[in-house]
Amino acid sequence: MPQMADDRRSDQPADATSLEPFSDALLDPDLPTPKGIVGPKGKKAAKRFNVYRNNVTVGLVGALADIFPAVHRLVGDEFFRAMARIYVQTEQPSSPLLFRYGAGFPAFLKTFEPVAKLTYLPDVARIERAWLDAYHAADTPVMDPADLGAIAPEDLADQRFITHPATFVVRSNFAAVSIFAANRAGKDLSGIDPLIAEDGLITRREFDVEIRQLPAGAAAFLQALAGGATLGEAAGSAVEQSEDFDLAAAIAAMLEAGAFSALASGKIDEKGQ
Amino acid sequence: MSKKTIVGASAVAGAVAMALTGASLVASTTAASAKEKCYGVSLVGQNDCAAGPGTTCAGTSTVDYQGNAWKLVSDGTCTTMELPDGRMGSLEPLDRDLPA
Amino acid sequence: MTDKASRAHSAPDAGFTDSTIPARAGAGLKPEHVDAILQDDYRIGFLEVHAENYMGDGGATHRTLTAIRQSFPLSVHGVGLSIGSENGIDNEHIARLKGVVDRYQPGLVSEHLAWSTHDTSYFNDLFPVPYDQPTLDRVVAHIDQVQNALGRKILLENPSTYVQFEKSTMGETDFIAEIARRSGCGLLLDINNVFVSATNQKYRPLTYLSEFPLEKVEEIHLAGHAHDVDDEGEPLLIDAHDRPVDDEVWKLYDIVIGQIGPVPTLIEWDNNVPDWPVLRHEAKLADEILERRAANYMLGSHHAANG
Repeated sequence: MPQMADDRRSDQPADATSLEPFSDALLDPDLPTPKGIVGPKGKKAAKRFNVYRNNVTVGLVGALADIFPAVHRLVGDEFFRAMARIYVQTEQPSSPLLFRYGAGFPAFLKTFEPVAKLTYLPDVARIERAWLDAYHAADTPVMDPADLGAIAPEDLADQRFITHPATFVVRSNFAAVSIFAANRAGKDLSGIDPLIAEDGLITRREFDVEIRQLPAGAAAFLQALAGGATLGEAAGSAVEQSEDFDLAAAIAAMLEAGAFSALASGKIDEKGQ
Repeated sequence: MSKKTIVGASAVAGAVAMALTGASLVASTTAASAKEKCYGVSLVGQNDCAAGPGTTCAGTSTVDYQGNAWKLVSDGTCTTMELPDGRMGSLEPLDRDLPA
Repeated sequence: MTDKASRAHSAPDAGFTDSTIPARAGAGLKPEHVDAILQDDYRIGFLEVHAENYMGDGGATHRTLTAIRQSFPLSVHGVGLSIGSENGIDNEHIARLKGVVDRYQPGLVSEHLAWSTHDTSYFNDLFPVPYDQPTLDRVVAHIDQVQNALGRKILLENPSTYVQFEKSTMGETDFIAEIARRSGCGLLLDINNVFVSATNQKYRPLTYLSEFPLEKVEEIHLAGHAHDVDDEGEPLLIDAHDRPVDDEVWKLYDIVIGQIGPVPTLIEWDNNVPDWPVLRHEAKLADEILERRAANYMLGSHHAANG
């Protein structure tokens, strides 16, 4: 058997029977090569094991660079990769679906001292994570505004909506929406005041993800609707948050964006759930 | 916390009627949306089954960012956008994204 | 603006071509190649995708794969089942794989003899397993579990390895042969992996191939590898999928096809992905060998394995 390990295999220590030490050492370069892991003829395998270490780290860092391209460009490649390596060591994907990775990256950025001055960065990352979730969300038709038009005026305030699976609201105390949009469009950031708070609405009508900035109070309005509130209740929440809230503009934005897939009443059974 | 505002039926009906007119749609687009279409970004964060770049790259050394050990300076497009007051002063808890 | 257009949520097999994968060259599908593939006068024999990339609920990835599937047979290659895991495999992930298989009706479904998840961490790489009896029993049980859930046979791929386990008690070919015998799975022979592992573990690739249960091979993978060295400065090949197939691997491929006749053959190129014509060129090289060997095979000369 040419490909067989040497026959010095008996009486291995207990840990050599488990994949645990292999797994532990992958992301901890301070750990030695796991016991029982060797090259041909039992020779030592430090560099050989490092192939796996590199695959894991480079692969996951690369995935983060793909998933967070705006953050990547904002801090630069070398900085991003060094930073992402630290995140990879603290949080690995919990699913083999790599496009789901990085849910904890925005929170990591908030605590990562070297980017403390880039206060908007965690929110840009939240937008990017939501963008990719919207990209892969279920194909569901968006609500036809005519459905709303067909409701008797006196019943409109009592209507509830089913949130479209690709709809995300991201609220930021910084200009995260403008920074994200400029970055993805390849524009420079001059002219953006990062200290102006912005709310973003992420939606997907067909296949292209869209983000738009929401007017004052509209984020609270949409979040209330997504939480199951009626139009009247959601408008009330928005008014409480912002005196400038314009209900007509918020409804127009939500219809135009396709933030909801249907009216909740009478349509739930139709969807089979 | 408990007092809830509810906007009445006629106000809601009026707003919906306005929203459903073309004029209002146009107004909301120009006034309220910084819409950024993102085409052509296809599969990101893809699974593949290739090995990476060999034995001596990123996976084999630690990165120390405590204290003064972090030497890197961000050199991307954000360098003009640092905020002098840092993140501690102004950041409030952010609302959860939707859907959860 | 009020577009209510019902999304073309393709019903199973709506407009799909025959799922049977021909004994020709195929290519690993990269999204940047889709337009070129669909417009090319050269019709590639089939396309292969990594199952995990199509496990999202909806969106553009499914639109793309549906368009491909309407014109080409498809092979679904899993990279995330972690069949070699010690703590069982994830039923949820098997269900997701079944979703992809039911939706796209691939002609072949394959996975790796490897593990990639431990506890709750997915490492996005394929790690080796010890070749011993407990591992063999576990892998067979896992393949049973997958085949029962899918209601079909899967192919198991031989790995590229850089290390081995001291505790291994059998050789890789015996290990794989026994898995195939007990589970009834088919085999995916990655000839680049054979060459990489043989170099790294110091055995002859032809010896490996002579011991491999070639009669169970239903698909072949070919790819390029990178060169490195180990601690002693001896050659260490890396399964990088980032360049053309090596000449030595082509030679081994020619021998194998001479031995077993034409089988579907995939060109894999996952890093530094070139434009489509470069990949197509590799595919055509495989097609040439397949055609030449098919002719020999029909003349009954397939007993003479040559080099």
